Amino acid sequence: MNTAFYDEMTAADGQTREHYQAFQNWLSIIPPQYIAQKRTEADSAFHRVGITFAVYGEDRGQERMIPFDIIPRIIPAGEWSKIETGLTQRVRALNAFIHDVYHEHRIVKAGVIPAEHIFGNAQYRPEMQDINVPMNVYTHIAGIDIVRDGAGEYCVLEDNLRVPSGVSYMLENRKMMIRLFPELFGRYPVEPVDHYPDMLLDNLRSVAPNNVDDPVIVVLTPGAANSAYFEHAFLAQQMGVELVEGRDLFVHDKTLFMRTTRGPQRVDVIYRRIDDDFLDPLAFRADSMLGIPGLLSVYRAGRVTLANAIGGGVADDKSIYPFVPDMIKFYLGEEPLIANVQTFQCRRAAERDHVLAHLKDLVVKETHNSGGYGMLIGPAATKAEIEEFRTRILADPARYIAQPTLALSACPTYVDAGIAPRHIDLRPFVLSGRDVRIAPGGLTRVALRAGSLVVNSSQGGGTKDTWVVRDPAAA
Amino acid sequence: MLSRTADSVYWMSRYTERAENVARLLDVTYRMSLLPTTGVSGYWGAALSANGLDEAYQKKYGAFSAPNVVRYMVLDEDNPSSIRTCLRSARENAHAVRGAITSESWETLNATWLEMRKVTTSQLQGAALSEFFDWVKFRSHLSRGVTFGTSLRDEAFYFNRLGTFLERADNTARMLDVKYDPLAPEPSPGNEYYEWGALLRSVSAFEIYRRVYRDVITPERVAELLVLRADMPRSLRACMEEVHATLKIIANSQSAETERRAGELHAELHFGRIDTILASGLHEMLTDFLGRTADLGNRISADFLVP
Repeated sequence: MNTAFYDEMTAADGQTREHYQAFQNWLSIIPPQYIAQKRTEADSAFHRVGITFAVYGEDRGQERMIPFDIIPRIIPAGEWSKIETGLTQRVRALNAFIHDVYHEHRIVKAGVIPAEHIFGNAQYRPEMQDINVPMNVYTHIAGIDIVRDGAGEYCVLEDNLRVPSGVSYMLENRKMMIRLFPELFGRYPVEPVDHYPDMLLDNLRSVAPNNVDDPVIVVLTPGAANSAYFEHAFLAQQMGVELVEGRDLFVHDKTLFMRTTRGPQRVDVIYRRIDDDFLDPLAFRADSMLGIPGLLSVYRAGRVTLANAIGGGVADDKSIYPFVPDMIKFYLGEEPLIANVQTFQCRRAAERDHVLAHLKDLVVKETHNSGGYGMLIGPAATKAEIEEFRTRILADPARYIAQPTLALSACPTYVDAGIAPRHIDLRPFVLSGRDVRIAPGGLTRVALRAGSLVVNSSQGGGTKDTWVVRDPAAA
Repeated sequence: MLSRTADSVYWMSRYTERAENVARLLDVTYRMSLLPTTGVSGYWGAALSANGLDEAYQKKYGAFSAPNVVRYMVLDEDNPSSIRTCLRSARENAHAVRGAITSESWETLNATWLEMRKVTTSQLQGAALSEFFDWVKFRSHLSRGVTFGTSLRDEAFYFNRLGTFLERADNTARMLDVKYDPLAPEPSPGNEYYEWGALLRSVSAFEIYRRVYRDVITPERVAELLVLRADMPRSLRACMEEVHATLKIIANSQSAETERRAGELHAELHFGRIDTILASGLHEMLTDFLGRTADLGNRISADFLVP
C-alpha cells in the first residue's frame, strides 16, 4: 500500500505543524486516564442524546453510534478560504449544469459532455425539462467530499447533490468537544459552526415559490426507521419547522397541504430527505409508501419548492464527475480552483486499457453506486477479486471509472493501542439559494482500521470535530 | 401542529403516566400483601384484574404469585401495560417526534428507557422492589417536570397534558376499584385501615388525607378524596378538570361534542356528593367513569389525531 500520505499533524521532518502545536502541548501534559474518562463520557452522552443510527435488519431498539474521535482535525484559515472559494465555484457550475440539462442542453451541443452520459443516466428526469425552479437553484444543499493527496493538495473525490447527510454530526461533534474540553477552545480561536441551521432556514426561505411572503417550510423524512432519522429530526427542531412524513401531506386543488390538528395547512418549501424515486408514486415508483401522490404536478406548477430539486442526481453520478472541471470552464469561464482526483473513464478505449493493465494499483468504482459498495481497491484486493472486476469491466466498460489509490491524508486518532494516524476525508456542506454559503469546516470522517481508506460509517468509519482556526500563530 | 405529531406526543405522555401508575399499583399491592392475612395472592390477582390483564396473565403463568405478577407487570414485553413496554412506547413516541419536543424532554425519556433496559428480575425482590417503583415514579415526575419547565405553551404542550390527565383519571379509578374486585380478599375489619392506608399512599394521598380531614381513615372519606376533591391532584375530578380545560384550548371545528362530554363528566364530579355515589355503589360509578374516559379517548383520536 502506498505509504506516502500527508500527515495532518506532523511534517516530514518530524516537527509538529504550527497549527497543531498548541494541541500537541496540551496533549503532552494531560494524564491518559483523563482522556479515557472523557471518551467514556462522550459515549454515554451520545447515547443519552440518542445520536444514533438504526441498523437495518437488527432488533428494535438496536441503534448504533458512529464512533466519535476526540482529536480534532484542524484546518488553518488560509487553507479553508481556498477550499471555500473553490467549492463555491464548483457548486455554482454544477447548478448551472443541471439547469442546462433541463433546458437548452448547451453543454451537449458544444460537445463538452457526450449526450448519452446525461440522457442515458438513471438519475436523469425527463419530467424536469423546461421546468423553472426559483433562482435556478437545484442543489440547495450539497456535500462535497474532499481529500488531500500525498503532497497535501486538496482535491474533490465526490459530489453529493441529492440528499447528503452528516451535517448533524458536524454540529453535535462540536457541541461534544466544547463540553468535554472547554479549555482547548481557550487555546484556539475556532470558527463556530452552530449557526448552520439558521443558514439552512434562511436558504430554504430564499427559494420559496415567488408569490409567497411567509413560506411554510417542512423537513420530509422517510420515518423513524431511516438510518439518518436523527439528523432529520435534529434539523427540523433546530429550524423550528415541522418534521413530516409522506402520509402527513396531501395534494388538493394543485396545492400541497399537511394534516394538522386544526385542519389542512399549505406547505411551500420541502427540505426532502427522500430520494427522487420515492417522492410521488404517481410519477415515479408506484410502490412507494413514503411519497405524496400528485406532488410532482404541484411542483411542476411552481407551487412548491423541493430542496434539493428533482433530477439533480444527474450531476453527481460518477460518470459525470470527470467532466466537472470542464463545466467550470464552460459555464463560468474560470479555471477550477480545486482539482478532481485523476480519473480514468473505462468507456474510452485507451483509458480502459490503462486501467486493465494497472488494476492492482487503482481504485475502480462502479457508476450509479454509492457508499463504498461496488468498488475495487486494487492494492488491498485478492487476485480473484481483481480478475472478477476485469471481467465486469470488459462486459460493460461504461459502468466503470478508475482512480489512482489515494494516499488520503492521516490525522492522529485514538485507537486501542493509543494514538495513531488514521486516514480522513472532509465533507463541507454547501448551501445555495440567494447566494452560496458554507459553514466553516464540515464533517471529517476517519477510517478507524489501520491502513484502511474507507471512511464510510457503514464500513467502520468514525468522525472527528473539524476546526477552522482563525490564526494559528495567535494560539 | 401535525396530527401525527400530536398523536405521538399524546401517547408519549399517556405511556409515561401509565408506567408511573403501574408502579404505584404494584407498590400498594406489595404493601398490602405484607399484611398478616390469608389469601394474599388475591391482592395480586385483583391488581391484574383491575387492568383487565388477569386472563392474559393466567394463560402464561397460571396461579397468581408475587414474583410472577411482578415479572409480568414490570418486564414482560407481551404485556402491553408492563412498565417496560410503557417506557419503551413512551420513548418510541418521543423518538418519532423528537423534533417537536424539547431536547431535555427527549433526553429524559431516552435515558429512562436506557436504564430500564438494564433492569432484570434479580433486581425486583424485597427492598429493591420498592426502590425500583420509586425510581419509576421519579422518572415520571422528572419527565413531566422537564416538559413543564422547558416547553413552549403550544399545542404539543397541551396534547401532552391531555394525555397525562386522561391516563391518570383512568388509572386512579382503576386503583380505587381494585378493592371492589371479586378477586380481592374478603374485607376483614382488622385489615381495613391498612388497606385504605395503602391505597392512599399509592396515590401520594396519605399525608393529604390527614391534612384535609384531621381524623381517622374511613372508606367514605377516602372515596371522597380520590373522586371529588378538586385540590387532590390525582382525584378523578382534578383530572377531568384538566382534561376539560385542555380540550377547550385545543378545540377545532369538529371537537365540540367531545368537549361537551368531558364538560358533562367534569360537572358531575364537580357537583356530585359522596353519599349519593356510595348509595348507588362506588364500583358501579367507577365502571361508568372508565367507560366514559375510554369514549373520550376514542373521540380525541378521531377529532384531532387520526383525521
